[in-house]
Amino acid sequence: MSLEYTSSEMMSVTAARALENGMTCFVGIGLPSEAANLARLTHAPDVVLIYESGTLQTKPAILPLSIGDGELCESALTTVAVPEMFRYWLQGGKIGVGFLGTAQIDRFANLNTTLIGDYKAPKVRLPGGGGAPEIATNAGEVFITLKHSKRAFVKDVDFITTLGFGRDGKGRDNVPNIGKGPTRVITDLCVMKPDPETKELVVVSLHPGVSREDVIEATGWEVRFAEQLESTPEPSANELEILRELKARTERVHAGA
Amino acid sequence: MAEFLSLHDAVARYVQDGATVAMEGFTHLIPFAAGHEVIRQQKRDLTLIRMTPDIIYDQMIGAGCAKKVIFSWGGNPGVGSLHRLRDAVEKGWPHKVEILEHSHAAMACAFEAGAAGLPLAVFRGYIGSELPSVNDQIKFIECPFTGERLAAVPSVRPDVSIIHAQRADRQGNVLVEGIVGVQKEAVLAAKHSIVTVEEIVDDLNAHPNACVIPSWAISAIAIAEKGALPSYTHGYYGRSNRFYKEWDAIARDRDTFTQWLDDNVFNATDNVGGQA
Repeated sequence: MSLEYTSSEMMSVTAARALENGMTCFVGIGLPSEAANLARLTHAPDVVLIYESGTLQTKPAILPLSIGDGELCESALTTVAVPEMFRYWLQGGKIGVGFLGTAQIDRFANLNTTLIGDYKAPKVRLPGGGGAPEIATNAGEVFITLKHSKRAFVKDVDFITTLGFGRDGKGRDNVPNIGKGPTRVITDLCVMKPDPETKELVVVSLHPGVSREDVIEATGWEVRFAEQLESTPEPSANELEILRELKARTERVHAGA
Repeated sequence: MAEFLSLHDAVARYVQDGATVAMEGFTHLIPFAAGHEVIRQQKRDLTLIRMTPDIIYDQMIGAGCAKKVIFSWGGNPGVGSLHRLRDAVEKGWPHKVEILEHSHAAMACAFEAGAAGLPLAVFRGYIGSELPSVNDQIKFIECPFTGERLAAVPSVRPDVSIIHAQRADRQGNVLVEGIVGVQKEAVLAAKHSIVTVEEIVDDLNAHPNACVIPSWAISAIAIAEKGALPSYTHGYYGRSNRFYKEWDAIARDRDTFTQWLDDNVFNATDNVGGQA
Protein backbone atom coordinates (compact mmCIF):
# COMPACT_ATOMS: atom_id res chain seq x y z
CA MET A 1 0.00 0.00 0.00
CA SER A 2 1.46 3.34 -0.87
CA LEU A 3 1.37 6.32 1.43
CA GLU A 4 0.00 9.76 0.73
CA TYR A 5 2.62 12.48 0.70
CA THR A 6 3.38 15.77 -1.04
CA SER A 7 6.26 16.51 -3.41
CA SER A 8 7.74 18.81 -0.74
CA GLU A 9 7.74 15.96 1.75
CA MET A 10 9.33 13.70 -0.84
CA MET A 11 12.06 16.30 -1.31
CA SER A 12 12.72 16.70 2.43
CA VAL A 13 12.87 12.96 3.07
CA THR A 14 15.17 12.36 0.10
CA ALA A 15 17.43 15.23 1.18
CA ALA A 16 17.48 13.87 4.74
CA ARG A 17 18.49 10.42 3.48
CA ALA A 18 21.53 11.94 1.78
CA LEU A 19 23.01 12.59 5.22
CA GLU A 20 24.66 9.59 6.81
CA ASN A 21 24.94 8.97 10.51
CA GLY A 22 28.12 10.49 11.90
CA MET A 23 28.58 13.04 9.12
CA THR A 24 29.53 16.58 10.11
CA CYS A 25 27.18 18.98 8.38
CA PHE A 26 27.24 22.79 8.06
CA VAL A 27 23.54 23.57 7.69
CA GLY A 28 21.91 26.37 5.72
CA ILE A 29 18.61 27.81 6.90
CA GLY A 30 15.29 26.73 5.34
CA LEU A 31 14.99 23.48 3.39
CA PRO A 32 18.51 22.21 4.29
CA SER A 33 17.77 22.77 7.98
CA GLU A 34 14.50 20.85 7.70
CA ALA A 35 16.20 17.94 5.94
CA ALA A 36 19.20 17.85 8.28
CA ASN A 37 17.03 17.76 11.39
CA LEU A 38 14.78 15.11 9.88
CA ALA A 39 17.90 13.00 9.29
CA ARG A 40 18.94 13.52 12.91
CA LEU A 41 15.49 12.50 14.16
CA THR A 42 15.33 9.37 11.98
CA HIS A 43 18.24 7.34 10.58
CA ALA A 44 21.16 9.59 11.60
CA PRO A 45 20.92 10.33 15.35
CA ASP A 46 24.65 11.05 15.53
CA VAL A 47 24.83 13.46 12.60
CA VAL A 48 26.65 16.60 13.77
CA LEU A 49 24.77 19.75 12.80
CA ILE A 50 26.57 23.08 12.74
CA TYR A 51 25.03 26.47 11.97
CA GLU A 52 27.02 29.57 11.01
CA SER A 53 25.84 31.42 14.12
CA GLY A 54 28.51 29.43 15.95
CA THR A 55 26.33 26.64 17.34
CA LEU A 56 28.28 23.39 17.24
CA GLN A 57 26.57 20.01 17.38
CA THR A 58 23.11 21.41 17.90
CA LYS A 59 19.89 19.41 18.38
CA PRO A 60 16.97 21.84 18.01
CA ALA A 61 13.52 20.49 18.92
CA ILE A 62 11.94 22.95 16.49
CA LEU A 63 13.25 24.37 13.22
CA PRO A 64 14.86 27.79 13.61
CA LEU A 65 13.34 30.76 11.76
CA SER A 66 16.68 32.55 11.74
CA ILE A 67 20.18 31.12 11.69
CA GLY A 68 20.73 32.39 15.22
CA ASP A 69 17.57 31.39 17.09
CA GLY A 70 18.07 30.74 20.80
CA GLU A 71 16.96 27.14 20.33
CA LEU A 72 20.14 26.42 18.36
CA CYS A 73 22.37 27.72 21.14
CA GLU A 74 20.44 26.10 23.99
CA SER A 75 20.56 22.66 22.37
CA ALA A 76 24.18 22.90 21.16
CA LEU A 77 27.18 21.13 22.64
CA THR A 78 28.91 24.50 22.62
CA THR A 79 28.65 27.87 20.91
CA VAL A 80 31.70 29.60 19.46
CA ALA A 81 32.24 33.09 18.06
CA VAL A 82 31.43 33.56 14.39
CA PRO A 83 35.07 34.21 13.31
CA GLU A 84 36.08 30.94 15.02
CA MET A 85 33.25 29.13 13.24
CA PHE A 86 34.41 30.22 9.80
CA ARG A 87 38.15 30.05 10.46
CA TYR A 88 38.75 26.98 12.61
CA TRP A 89 35.77 24.78 11.92
CA LEU A 90 34.95 25.49 8.28
CA GLN A 91 38.22 26.75 6.76
CA GLY A 92 40.15 24.39 9.04
CA GLY A 93 38.62 21.43 7.24
CA LYS A 94 36.44 20.02 10.01
CA ILE A 95 33.20 19.98 7.98
CA GLY A 96 32.27 16.94 5.86
CA VAL A 97 29.28 18.33 4.05
CA GLY A 98 27.79 21.75 3.51
CA PHE A 99 24.02 21.66 2.98
CA LEU A 100 22.75 24.64 1.00
CA GLY A 101 19.63 26.07 -0.53
CA THR A 102 19.64 28.67 -3.30
CA ALA A 103 17.44 30.94 -5.39
CA GLN A 104 19.03 30.00 -8.72
CA ILE A 105 21.26 27.13 -9.84
CA ASP A 106 22.77 26.41 -13.25
CA ARG A 107 23.89 23.31 -15.12
CA PHE A 108 27.31 23.45 -13.47
CA ALA A 109 25.69 23.76 -10.01
CA ASN A 110 26.81 27.36 -9.53
CA LEU A 111 24.51 29.13 -7.06
CA ASN A 112 23.06 32.62 -7.25
CA THR A 113 21.63 34.26 -4.14
CA THR A 114 22.69 37.80 -5.08
CA LEU A 115 20.31 39.09 -7.74
CA ILE A 116 18.33 38.42 -10.89
CA GLY A 117 19.28 40.63 -13.79
CA ASP A 118 22.20 43.02 -14.00
CA TYR A 119 24.21 43.88 -10.87
CA LYS A 120 23.86 47.65 -11.35
CA ALA A 121 20.15 47.49 -12.20
CA PRO A 122 18.74 44.30 -10.70
CA LYS A 123 15.30 42.96 -11.59
CA VAL A 124 15.16 41.20 -8.24
CA ARG A 125 17.58 41.85 -5.44
CA LEU A 126 18.27 38.75 -3.27
CA PRO A 127 19.87 38.70 0.21
CA GLY A 128 23.43 37.95 -0.89
CA GLY A 129 26.11 35.41 -0.14
CA GLY A 130 26.01 34.90 3.61
CA GLY A 131 28.06 31.84 4.51
CA ALA A 132 27.60 30.00 1.22
CA PRO A 133 30.65 31.11 -0.84
CA GLU A 134 33.09 29.63 1.67
CA ILE A 135 30.88 26.71 2.79
CA ALA A 136 30.82 25.53 -0.83
CA THR A 137 34.59 25.55 -1.21
CA ASN A 138 35.81 24.65 2.29
CA ALA A 139 33.41 21.79 3.12
CA GLY A 140 34.38 18.31 1.93
CA GLU A 141 31.35 18.19 -0.36
CA VAL A 142 28.10 20.06 -0.89
CA PHE A 143 24.48 18.93 -1.02
CA ILE A 144 21.95 21.34 -2.48
CA THR A 145 18.20 21.22 -2.10
CA LEU A 146 15.55 23.43 -3.73
CA LYS A 147 12.28 23.20 -5.59
CA HIS A 148 12.48 22.45 -9.28
CA SER A 149 11.33 25.20 -11.65
CA LYS A 150 12.46 26.82 -14.86
CA ARG A 151 13.07 30.06 -13.00
CA ALA A 152 15.40 28.37 -10.52
CA PHE A 153 17.15 25.86 -12.83
CA VAL A 154 18.77 28.02 -15.48
CA LYS A 155 21.46 27.30 -18.08
CA ASP A 156 23.75 29.99 -16.66
CA VAL A 157 23.11 31.82 -13.40
CA ASP A 158 22.91 35.63 -13.63
CA PHE A 159 25.61 35.92 -10.99
CA ILE A 160 27.87 33.30 -9.40
CA THR A 161 27.57 34.02 -5.71
CA THR A 162 28.80 30.56 -4.81
CA LEU A 163 30.95 28.25 -6.89
CA GLY A 164 29.64 24.95 -8.15
CA PHE A 165 32.00 24.06 -10.99
CA GLY A 166 32.28 27.48 -12.67
CA ARG A 167 31.04 28.75 -16.03
CA ASP A 168 32.85 25.96 -17.91
CA GLY A 169 32.75 23.11 -15.38
CA LYS A 170 36.46 23.50 -14.65
CA GLY A 171 36.21 25.98 -11.76
CA ARG A 172 37.73 23.59 -9.21
CA ASP A 173 40.44 22.09 -11.42
CA ASN A 174 43.94 22.57 -10.01
CA VAL A 175 42.70 24.70 -7.09
CA PRO A 176 44.53 23.60 -3.93
CA ASN A 177 42.67 22.93 -0.67
CA ILE A 178 39.23 22.96 -2.17
CA GLY A 179 36.34 20.56 -1.48
CA LYS A 180 34.72 18.26 -4.03
CA GLY A 181 31.89 20.73 -4.50
CA PRO A 182 28.27 19.81 -5.18
CA THR A 183 27.85 16.02 -5.23
CA ARG A 184 24.06 15.95 -5.36
CA VAL A 185 21.08 18.21 -5.90
CA ILE A 186 17.78 17.11 -4.39
CA THR A 187 14.57 18.64 -5.74
CA ASP A 188 10.88 17.91 -5.44
CA LEU A 189 11.08 16.02 -8.77
CA CYS A 190 14.39 14.21 -8.83
CA VAL A 191 17.99 13.80 -7.69
CA MET A 192 20.80 15.17 -9.86
CA LYS A 193 24.53 14.54 -9.71
CA PRO A 194 27.37 16.14 -11.64
CA ASP A 195 28.76 14.16 -14.58
CA PRO A 196 32.18 12.89 -13.46
CA GLU A 197 33.85 14.35 -16.57
CA THR A 198 31.97 17.48 -17.64
CA LYS A 199 30.48 18.31 -14.20
CA GLU A 200 27.14 19.09 -15.82
CA LEU A 201 24.22 18.10 -13.60
CA VAL A 202 22.55 14.87 -14.75
CA VAL A 203 19.29 13.40 -13.44
CA VAL A 204 20.14 10.12 -11.70
CA SER A 205 16.85 9.38 -9.97
CA LEU A 206 13.21 10.32 -10.55
CA HIS A 207 10.79 10.56 -7.65
CA PRO A 208 7.73 8.25 -7.79
CA GLY A 209 5.11 9.49 -10.24
CA VAL A 210 7.47 12.00 -11.88
CA SER A 211 8.18 11.64 -15.62
CA ARG A 212 11.21 12.70 -17.64
CA GLU A 213 8.95 15.28 -19.30
CA ASP A 214 8.12 16.82 -15.92
CA VAL A 215 11.83 17.39 -15.26
CA ILE A 216 12.55 18.62 -18.80
CA GLU A 217 9.65 21.06 -18.48
CA ALA A 218 11.01 22.47 -15.19
CA THR A 219 14.66 22.77 -16.24
CA GLY A 220 16.12 25.70 -18.16
CA TRP A 221 18.66 23.70 -20.13
CA GLU A 222 18.58 20.50 -22.19
CA VAL A 223 18.84 18.28 -19.19
CA ARG A 224 20.40 14.82 -19.55
CA PHE A 225 19.35 11.64 -17.77
CA ALA A 226 21.65 8.93 -16.50
CA GLU A 227 21.71 5.72 -18.53
CA GLN A 228 20.66 3.79 -15.47
CA LEU A 229 17.96 6.11 -14.28
CA GLU A 230 16.72 5.06 -10.87
CA SER A 231 13.46 5.54 -9.04
CA THR A 232 13.81 7.37 -5.72
CA PRO A 233 12.49 5.23 -2.85
CA GLU A 234 9.26 6.48 -1.29
CA PRO A 235 9.20 8.02 2.18
CA SER A 236 8.38 5.63 5.01
CA ALA A 237 5.44 6.13 7.35
CA ASN A 238 7.90 6.84 10.17
CA GLU A 239 9.77 9.52 8.21
CA LEU A 240 6.53 11.24 7.24
CA GLU A 241 5.22 11.17 10.78
CA ILE A 242 8.41 12.65 12.23
CA LEU A 243 8.63 15.31 9.51
CA ARG A 244 5.00 16.35 10.06
CA GLU A 245 5.43 16.48 13.82
CA LEU A 246 8.58 18.58 13.44
CA LYS A 247 6.81 21.07 11.17
CA ALA A 248 3.70 21.26 13.35
CA ARG A 249 5.83 21.84 16.46
CA THR A 250 7.78 24.55 14.66
CA GLU A 251 4.64 26.31 13.46
CA ARG A 252 3.08 26.28 16.92
CA VAL A 253 6.12 27.82 18.55
CA HIS A 254 6.74 30.47 15.87
CA ALA A 255 3.10 31.55 15.84
CA GLY A 256 3.10 32.00 19.60
CA ALA A 257 6.30 34.03 20.02
CA MET B 1 37.21 52.75 32.28
CA ALA B 2 33.78 52.63 30.74
CA GLU B 3 31.59 55.57 31.62
CA PHE B 4 27.96 54.96 32.58
CA LEU B 5 25.83 57.25 30.40
CA SER B 6 22.22 57.44 29.38
CA LEU B 7 21.63 55.94 25.95
CA HIS B 8 20.81 59.42 24.68
CA ASP B 9 24.10 60.86 25.89
CA ALA B 10 26.19 57.91 24.72
CA VAL B 11 24.82 58.16 21.17
CA ALA B 12 25.06 61.97 21.18
CA ARG B 13 28.71 61.82 22.20
CA TYR B 14 30.03 58.94 20.10
CA VAL B 15 27.92 58.72 16.94
CA GLN B 16 28.81 61.65 14.71
CA ASP B 17 27.29 62.43 11.33
CA GLY B 18 29.41 60.76 8.67
CA ALA B 19 30.84 58.16 11.05
CA THR B 20 31.51 54.52 10.28
CA VAL B 21 29.32 52.54 12.66
CA ALA B 22 29.10 48.81 13.37
CA MET B 23 26.06 47.67 15.35
CA GLU B 24 26.61 43.96 15.77
CA GLY B 25 24.78 40.94 17.13
CA PHE B 26 24.50 37.86 14.96
CA THR B 27 20.70 37.49 14.93
CA HIS B 28 20.97 37.64 18.76
CA LEU B 29 21.52 40.67 21.02
CA ILE B 30 20.84 43.10 18.19
CA PRO B 31 21.06 46.62 19.69
CA PHE B 32 17.63 47.87 18.62
CA ALA B 33 17.25 50.42 21.43
CA ALA B 34 20.52 52.06 20.34
CA GLY B 35 19.43 51.96 16.70
CA HIS B 36 16.25 53.80 17.60
CA GLU B 37 18.22 56.39 19.53
CA VAL B 38 20.40 56.99 16.45
CA ILE B 39 17.19 57.45 14.42
CA ARG B 40 15.70 59.85 17.04
CA GLN B 41 18.84 61.97 17.01
CA GLN B 42 18.61 62.04 13.19
CA LYS B 43 22.22 61.05 12.56
CA ARG B 44 23.11 61.32 8.90
CA ASP B 45 25.57 59.97 6.30
CA LEU B 46 26.57 56.97 8.37
CA THR B 47 28.50 54.09 6.88
CA LEU B 48 26.73 51.15 8.49
CA ILE B 49 28.58 47.86 8.87
CA ARG B 50 26.81 44.64 9.89
CA MET B 51 27.10 41.05 8.70
CA THR B 52 23.31 40.78 8.58
CA PRO B 53 21.70 44.25 8.28
CA ASP B 54 18.50 42.73 9.68
CA ILE B 55 15.52 44.96 10.38
CA ILE B 56 17.60 47.25 12.62
CA TYR B 57 19.43 48.65 9.57
CA ASP B 58 16.25 48.46 7.50
CA GLN B 59 14.75 50.92 10.01
CA MET B 60 17.83 53.16 10.08
CA ILE B 61 18.13 53.17 6.27
CA GLY B 62 14.43 54.02 5.89
CA ALA B 63 14.84 56.78 8.46
CA GLY B 64 17.59 58.34 6.34
CA CYS B 65 20.61 57.66 8.57
CA ALA B 66 22.71 55.70 6.08
CA LYS B 67 25.01 56.72 3.26
CA LYS B 68 26.53 53.30 2.72
CA VAL B 69 25.90 49.77 3.96
CA ILE B 70 28.58 47.09 4.20
CA PHE B 71 27.09 43.63 4.74
CA SER B 72 27.17 39.95 3.86
CA TRP B 73 23.54 38.80 4.04
CA GLY B 74 20.79 41.37 3.61
CA GLY B 75 17.47 39.69 4.33
CA ASN B 76 14.76 39.43 6.96
CA PRO B 77 15.74 36.01 8.36
CA GLY B 78 13.18 33.34 7.53
CA VAL B 79 10.79 35.96 6.13
CA GLY B 80 12.15 37.61 2.98
CA SER B 81 13.52 40.94 1.78
CA LEU B 82 14.55 44.04 3.67
CA HIS B 83 12.19 46.38 1.83
CA ARG B 84 13.67 49.68 3.11
CA LEU B 85 17.18 48.57 2.09
CA ARG B 86 15.89 47.59 -1.34
CA ASP B 87 13.88 50.79 -1.78
CA ALA B 88 16.97 52.87 -0.95
CA VAL B 89 19.28 50.90 -3.22
CA GLU B 90 16.87 50.42 -6.13
CA LYS B 91 14.78 53.62 -6.02
CA GLY B 92 16.82 56.01 -3.92
CA TRP B 93 14.21 56.50 -1.14
CA PRO B 94 14.61 58.44 1.11
CA HIS B 95 17.94 58.89 -0.67
CA LYS B 96 20.44 56.79 -2.56
CA VAL B 97 22.39 54.31 -0.46
CA GLU B 98 25.58 52.67 -1.66
CA ILE B 99 26.18 49.01 -0.85
CA LEU B 100 29.33 46.94 -0.53
CA GLU B 101 28.75 43.25 -0.15
CA HIS B 102 30.91 40.47 1.18
CA SER B 103 30.55 36.89 2.36
CA HIS B 104 30.13 36.05 6.06
CA ALA B 105 33.60 34.52 6.22
CA ALA B 106 35.13 37.72 4.83
CA MET B 107 33.32 39.99 7.28
CA ALA B 108 33.98 37.75 10.29
CA CYS B 109 37.68 37.70 9.38
CA ALA B 110 37.66 41.47 8.79
CA PHE B 111 36.23 42.14 12.26
CA GLU B 112 38.78 39.79 13.79
CA ALA B 113 41.61 41.52 11.89
CA GLY B 114 40.31 44.88 13.10
CA ALA B 115 40.39 43.64 16.69
CA ALA B 116 43.91 42.34 16.08
CA GLY B 117 45.05 45.74 14.83
CA LEU B 118 45.89 44.45 11.36
CA PRO B 119 45.20 46.34 8.13
CA LEU B 120 43.79 43.29 6.36
CA ALA B 121 42.29 39.86 6.80
CA VAL B 122 43.62 36.90 4.86
CA PHE B 123 41.52 33.79 4.34
CA ARG B 124 40.71 31.00 1.90
CA GLY B 125 37.64 32.46 0.32
CA TYR B 126 35.73 33.83 -2.67
CA ILE B 127 37.09 31.02 -4.87
CA GLY B 128 35.08 31.09 -8.10
CA SER B 129 32.62 33.65 -6.74
CA GLU B 130 31.80 36.72 -8.83
CA LEU B 131 31.55 38.96 -5.76
CA PRO B 132 35.14 40.23 -6.34
CA SER B 133 33.96 41.63 -9.70
CA VAL B 134 31.46 43.94 -7.97
CA ASN B 135 33.41 44.75 -4.79
CA ASP B 136 36.81 46.36 -5.30
CA GLN B 137 37.65 45.77 -1.64
CA ILE B 138 38.16 42.06 -2.35
CA LYS B 139 41.68 41.25 -3.53
CA PHE B 140 43.82 38.14 -3.82
CA ILE B 141 47.33 37.70 -2.54
CA GLU B 142 49.91 34.96 -2.81
CA CYS B 143 51.06 33.19 0.33
CA PRO B 144 54.81 33.98 0.62
CA PHE B 145 55.47 30.50 1.99
CA THR B 146 53.33 28.16 -0.10
CA GLY B 147 52.34 30.25 -3.10
CA GLU B 148 48.66 29.57 -2.45
CA ARG B 149 46.28 32.23 -3.73
CA LEU B 150 44.27 33.60 -0.81
CA ALA B 151 41.57 36.24 -0.46
CA ALA B 152 42.28 39.52 1.31
CA VAL B 153 39.88 42.19 2.52
CA PRO B 154 40.55 45.35 4.54
CA SER B 155 40.00 44.97 8.27
CA VAL B 156 36.91 46.58 9.80
CA ARG B 157 37.90 49.60 11.93
CA PRO B 158 34.68 51.42 12.86
CA ASP B 159 34.63 54.87 14.44
CA VAL B 160 32.16 53.42 16.86
CA SER B 161 30.79 49.94 17.53
CA ILE B 162 27.55 49.40 19.40
CA ILE B 163 26.49 46.09 20.92
CA HIS B 164 23.90 44.86 23.40
CA ALA B 165 24.78 42.45 26.23
CA GLN B 166 23.15 40.73 29.19
CA ARG B 167 24.79 42.68 31.98
CA ALA B 168 27.58 44.81 33.29
CA ASP B 169 28.98 44.96 36.80
CA ARG B 170 29.39 48.22 38.70
CA GLN B 171 32.93 48.65 37.36
CA GLY B 172 31.62 48.42 33.79
CA ASN B 173 32.86 44.95 32.87
CA VAL B 174 30.43 43.31 30.45
CA LEU B 175 29.28 39.70 30.11
CA VAL B 176 28.02 38.45 26.74
CA GLU B 177 26.36 35.02 26.69
CA GLY B 178 24.80 32.73 24.10
CA ILE B 179 25.44 33.34 20.43
CA VAL B 180 28.30 35.82 20.73
CA GLY B 181 28.70 36.51 17.01
CA VAL B 182 31.41 39.09 16.30
CA GLN B 183 30.49 41.41 19.17
CA LYS B 184 33.77 41.26 21.09
CA GLU B 185 35.70 41.72 17.85
CA ALA B 186 33.48 44.69 16.91
CA VAL B 187 34.16 46.44 20.22
CA LEU B 188 37.90 45.81 20.12
CA ALA B 189 38.17 46.86 16.46
CA ALA B 190 36.51 50.25 17.03
CA LYS B 191 37.90 53.60 18.16
CA HIS B 192 34.92 53.98 20.51
CA SER B 193 32.28 51.60 21.73
CA ILE B 194 28.88 51.72 23.36
CA VAL B 195 27.48 48.68 25.13
CA THR B 196 23.81 48.63 26.12
CA VAL B 197 22.90 46.12 28.82
CA GLU B 198 19.77 44.63 30.34
CA GLU B 199 20.95 45.32 33.87
CA ILE B 200 23.81 46.32 36.15
CA VAL B 201 24.74 43.72 38.75
CA ASP B 202 27.16 43.45 41.68
CA ASP B 203 28.81 40.31 40.34
CA LEU B 204 28.87 39.02 36.75
CA ASN B 205 29.12 35.42 37.99
CA ALA B 206 31.13 34.59 34.87
CA HIS B 207 32.99 31.31 34.56
CA PRO B 208 36.71 31.62 33.72
CA ASN B 209 36.31 31.29 29.94
CA ALA B 210 33.18 33.36 29.54
CA CYS B 211 33.00 36.16 26.97
CA VAL B 212 33.77 39.12 29.22
CA ILE B 213 34.74 42.52 27.82
CA PRO B 214 36.74 44.52 30.38
CA SER B 215 35.56 47.96 31.38
CA TRP B 216 38.77 49.60 30.14
CA ALA B 217 38.10 48.35 26.60
CA ILE B 218 34.66 50.03 26.41
CA SER B 219 33.85 53.76 26.05
CA ALA B 220 30.31 53.88 27.41
CA ILE B 221 27.69 51.65 28.98
CA ALA B 222 23.99 52.45 28.93
CA ILE B 223 21.13 50.52 30.44
CA ALA B 224 18.53 49.52 27.87
CA GLU B 225 16.05 47.07 29.28
CA LYS B 226 14.69 44.81 26.53
CA GLY B 227 17.14 46.71 24.34
CA ALA B 228 17.43 43.88 21.83
CA LEU B 229 13.73 43.37 21.08
CA PRO B 230 12.45 42.15 18.59
CA SER B 231 15.76 40.27 18.58
CA TYR B 232 16.40 38.41 21.82
CA THR B 233 18.63 38.31 24.87
CA HIS B 234 19.64 34.80 25.88
CA GLY B 235 18.50 34.17 29.45
CA TYR B 236 16.18 37.21 29.50
CA TYR B 237 13.59 37.08 26.69
CA GLY B 238 12.96 35.33 23.40
CA ARG B 239 13.02 36.54 19.82
CA SER B 240 9.75 37.98 18.58
CA ASN B 241 9.47 35.92 15.43
CA ARG B 242 5.99 37.39 15.08
CA PHE B 243 7.35 40.94 14.84
CA TYR B 244 9.93 39.84 12.26
CA LYS B 245 7.04 38.50 10.18
CA GLU B 246 4.92 41.63 10.75
CA TRP B 247 7.84 43.82 9.70
CA ASP B 248 7.48 42.59 6.15
CA ALA B 249 4.14 44.37 5.73
CA ILE B 250 5.22 47.47 7.68
CA ALA B 251 8.38 47.95 5.65
CA ARG B 252 6.87 47.18 2.26
CA ASP B 253 5.07 50.50 2.06
CA ARG B 254 6.71 53.93 2.57
CA ASP B 255 3.71 55.48 4.32
CA THR B 256 3.14 52.53 6.64
CA PHE B 257 6.81 52.57 7.51
CA THR B 258 6.87 56.32 8.16
CA GLN B 259 3.82 56.01 10.39
CA TRP B 260 5.40 53.10 12.28
CA LEU B 261 8.57 55.15 12.77
CA ASP B 262 6.60 58.11 14.15
CA ASP B 263 4.56 55.94 16.50
CA ASN B 264 7.31 53.66 17.74
CA VAL B 265 10.58 55.57 17.52
CA PHE B 266 10.16 59.34 17.27
CA ASN B 267 7.31 59.50 19.76
CA ALA B 268 8.80 56.93 22.11
CA THR B 269 11.57 57.45 24.59
CA ASP B 270 12.65 53.87 25.06
CA ASN B 271 12.72 50.74 22.98
CA VAL B 272 9.25 49.62 22.06
CA GLY B 273 10.28 48.45 18.63
CA GLY B 274 9.39 44.89 19.28
CA GLN B 275 5.97 44.87 20.80
CA ALA B 276 5.92 41.11 21.28
